[in-house]
Amino acid sequence: MNMIQAINSALDVMMGRDPDVVVMGEDVGYFGGVFRATAGLQQKYGNHRVFDTPITECGIIGVAVGMGAYGLRPVPEIQFADYIYPALDQLVSEAARLRYRSAGEFISPMTVRSPFGGGIFGGQTHSQSPEGIFTHVSGVKTVIPSTPYDAKGLLIAAIEDNDPTIFFEPKRIYNGPFDGHYDTPAKSWAGHEQAQVPTGYYRVPLGEARVTRAGEALTVLCYGTMVHVVENTVAEMGVDAEILDLRTLVPLDIEAIEQSVRKTGRCLIVHEATRTSGFGAELMAQVQERCFYHLEAPIERVTGFDTPYPHSLEWAYFPGPVRIREAINKILKD
Amino acid sequence: MSDRIDSDAGRDGAALGSGRNLPPLRLHVPEPKFRPGDTADFSDFDIPPAGAQARPDEVAQPGEMRELAYGLVRVLDENGAAVGPWDPKLPAETLLKMLRAMALTRAFDGRMFRAQRQGKTSFYMKSTGEEAVSIGAALALASDDMCFPSYRQQGILIARGWPIIDMMNQIYSNKGDRLKGRQLPIMYSAREAGFFSISGNLTTQYPQAVGWAMASAARGDTRIAATWCGEGSTAEGDFHSACTFASVYRAPVIMNVVNNQWAISSFSGFAGAEATTFAARAIGYGIAGLRVDGNDALAVYAATRWAADRARANAGPTLIEHFTYRVEGHSTSDDPSAYRSADEASHWPLGDPIARLKKHCIGLGIWDEERHAAMDKELAEMVRDAAREAEKNGILGHGLHHPMESMFEDVFEEMPWHLKEQQQKMLDEWKAAGL
Ligand SMILES: Cc1ncc(C[n+]2csc(CCOP(=O)(O)OP(=O)(O)O)c2C)c(N)n1
Repeated sequence: MNMIQAINSALDVMMGRDPDVVVMGEDVGYFGGVFRATAGLQQKYGNHRVFDTPITECGIIGVAVGMGAYGLRPVPEIQFADYIYPALDQLVSEAARLRYRSAGEFISPMTVRSPFGGGIFGGQTHSQSPEGIFTHVSGVKTVIPSTPYDAKGLLIAAIEDNDPTIFFEPKRIYNGPFDGHYDTPAKSWAGHEQAQVPTGYYRVPLGEARVTRAGEALTVLCYGTMVHVVENTVAEMGVDAEILDLRTLVPLDIEAIEQSVRKTGRCLIVHEATRTSGFGAELMAQVQERCFYHLEAPIERVTGFDTPYPHSLEWAYFPGPVRIREAINKILKD
Repeated sequence: MSDRIDSDAGRDGAALGSGRNLPPLRLHVPEPKFRPGDTADFSDFDIPPAGAQARPDEVAQPGEMRELAYGLVRVLDENGAAVGPWDPKLPAETLLKMLRAMALTRAFDGRMFRAQRQGKTSFYMKSTGEEAVSIGAALALASDDMCFPSYRQQGILIARGWPIIDMMNQIYSNKGDRLKGRQLPIMYSAREAGFFSISGNLTTQYPQAVGWAMASAARGDTRIAATWCGEGSTAEGDFHSACTFASVYRAPVIMNVVNNQWAISSFSGFAGAEATTFAARAIGYGIAGLRVDGNDALAVYAATRWAADRARANAGPTLIEHFTYRVEGHSTSDDPSAYRSADEASHWPLGDPIARLKKHCIGLGIWDEERHAAMDKELAEMVRDAAREAEKNGILGHGLHHPMESMFEDVFEEMPWHLKEQQQKMLDEWKAAGL
């Protein structure tokens, strides 16, 4: 399966298991979503459980809060993560805090799915990575898969979770892994071991990172599309890096991070989102606080720049192999 | 103020001197009729007589009832008699229950307002003059219908018989507060009473109520949802998203707009009241809109009942504007004499909702002045006693609160490591400081 099929399969499995799961969003019903992630679900489960919504993101999330309070498990889709901002108040002030402010009387067990990230020439409104906004908010979980297997298992875990979860789907790798070289032909998931996706139910627990490559020379912390770009760059360079795919940012697998950095003594952080106050800053702070005496070189970050996502200069903006290579060389020199 | 803006705009227009032979454009900035120092005069205020509005069938099409969005549904006439097709013909027992709940709400508001002035809590908001809006509606709904209130509908909890001591514990944020002292006073949550957790962000409850109602319908349940916001809050985007969703899916929901004329210091004109009514917002969405005398408990009851029956018959949502007046300040942090005429409230032509219902009950021979005075006394004592009981659990800022570490609970279902760590760090720091 590719990542879209895996996501579709997760929704199918969960809708089949739990009559409380409902899928809603712009174009998700009859048409099955602009990325086809909800294809076939309305035919199978009816339009009471899978339906198109008006184009009002604050309405979609506000309605999902009410549905969750009733006892359903809404899985709203925000068509592009760039359009999550109109819904921000409902997510931040409402969904995230409902359990807290009602001392557990009401909960908001929604999973907001949204394609995010760049590398598809989407310009500034189809490319953003707003995960740092949500990791900064108390009360929401933030999940980002990097493979079809994880996408399905994590989505199932997120839907079963009773807390509001933001599930960001790296759209650059929906159809195949991306090595970071925009001028090489697109790859497909076919043959990739992480594309062996069981058709039935399984979970990938939230809060556990995955070591995609064990190594001794340095630790690279990354997630989403960047996992593949890092894997490829490390292979090209022939360095013995340990690569951690974080998979969930909140809750974060701090033990895995600590263990790996203490072992390698060096750390690189890679994400697409803008740099200032990005999640990489939090990772740096954590590593510094916990592993300072084990560090043999300063921690480095490769991130998007603090500009809106450019269109024509996308490949200069994208934290690709060139910048990752530079950073690794710098870390290993010390 | 508006003159100055008008002339400035004019001068700028002239200064730009395009040379075109056109009058300068003018910006309209609404102004309320009366400001401090003015004598309020509502004599040109057109109040339709009680009983004059038609009462369409509950399942009528919205297009057949447009005029109801511009009129004013009224049941109680000047003499306190219930007249016309909207008279809900309530039994004596219900009328007296309604009267008592309204009087209790007023007594509660009075006591808690004073508690804030005495420094026992940080904040309070009264619903004086608007008691009929929440209590008339609460009695017309089924007890398990879900309410998504704003911050001025404490009357719903009181009408539903929720313990006032629980409400006071919340106001004092003390160790008896079920919400663990996390919410601003009056931001209650009472799931058992069908009362959704109140948000401080205006109008967010609107699409939430619609979502709850949609879920109930999708499930084939029989319960409906109702929500409330102020007229100022109708300007928020959430209001319009909610109307769209409610209309599209014919959600079994009642959307109440409490038009109490003022949004803090902004009069209703800043939410668009000069151009149309708030009930008429419904027309563009193709949903039923009713404009109701919000100081007439029977009219509120009848309209809510009509809308509830309509929702239960799968005929769709209703938007009800309750035309009323905010007699007191916006909150304990507000001084209304700074922006509105001091005697406006006393000239308000729709009267006081409690006095009007009392007159009606007396007219029916089921009530009298003595019993009313005795009830007021009894309620004042009851509220005082409850407040004393609640104060035993602590008042704000005087030590009797939930344990400090509870601050980290309920952020997630299970506490993640980083919160556990921060929780432990805080406890250690306090211990190290010898506290
Ligand atoms: C989103 C948001 N914006 C602003 C405020 C500040 N605020 C609190 S109450 C209020 C006025 C609301 O007036 P209205 O809706 O007419 O209700 P009323 O207080 O008259 O009952 C404002 C501006 C807020 N709480 N939330």
